[in-house]
Amino acid sequence: MSRNPNRPLSPHLGVYKWGPHMLVSILHRVTGAGLATVGAAALVWWLVAAASGEEAYESFAGWAISWPGVVVGVGLTWAFFQHLLSGLRHLVMDIGAGFEIQGNKFWATMTMAGALLLTAALWLYIAMERL
Amino acid sequence: MSVDTAKTGEPGASPMTDPAALETPLARARGLGSAREGAEHWWHERASAVAVLLLFVWLIVSLLRLPALDHRGVTEWLRDPLAAVPMLLLIAATFWHLKMGLQVIVEDYVHDEGNKFLVLLLLSFAAIGGAAFAIFAVLKIAFAATGLPR
Repeated sequence: MSRNPNRPLSPHLGVYKWGPHMLVSILHRVTGAGLATVGAAALVWWLVAAASGEEAYESFAGWAISWPGVVVGVGLTWAFFQHLLSGLRHLVMDIGAGFEIQGNKFWATMTMAGALLLTAALWLYIAMERL
Repeated sequence: MSVDTAKTGEPGASPMTDPAALETPLARARGLGSAREGAEHWWHERASAVAVLLLFVWLIVSLLRLPALDHRGVTEWLRDPLAAVPMLLLIAATFWHLKMGLQVIVEDYVHDEGNKFLVLLLLSFAAIGGAAFAIFAVLKIAFAATGLPR
């Protein structure tokens, strides 16, 4: 692409000092992309396996409770809660609130802490109820 | 303060004296474009986000409340219209939301017009295809309960 040298260059990622607000913004996109691909595939696999009969469902369930399956499952639930909480933060910012620097950084940090906490709570509950 | 200043929200203006400094870009983008739908994709992404949020809370609570997550437990649960219908809504809202989200990522990083067109086309096919498979699976389970010969 040709560039008019008379126009200023927009500053890019490299010039900014890292903060929780930047990390959470990138996490929102990364977790969204992960959920949209791996998560959606898992959802379709689960439903199609259930519709295909007991044997297909056993094959899905075998993967789901295997070690790689549990790692992907924990990863997907963390991605889900991170995307959910940072998404709620975006909805607040969309109405023009939450831009004060201290509050903005605080809630950015809170989405990350909350996602880890909710993921741990969910899997602790599953482990206690189902095992 | 002139009306012009209030409209543009000059950089550095204090929200205390100039409420327009807090105006979001949406306020100016809404209703623009030749068909007055300039902010539609943006707005649909938010609306579907709220739907996906509610429906996934329902799904997680429902699954945790099921006595068993084996084949029998899940299919019997999905035969109930009160489970099958929210699940269909969840599939529609989720695939719509993920299609719009991935589209924004593609538009940000794929700069070549030809490649962008191709990737967005494949994305639409994949999203609609995935949703169709999932919807068919739910309907197959749900309608198996009507007593029609299988």
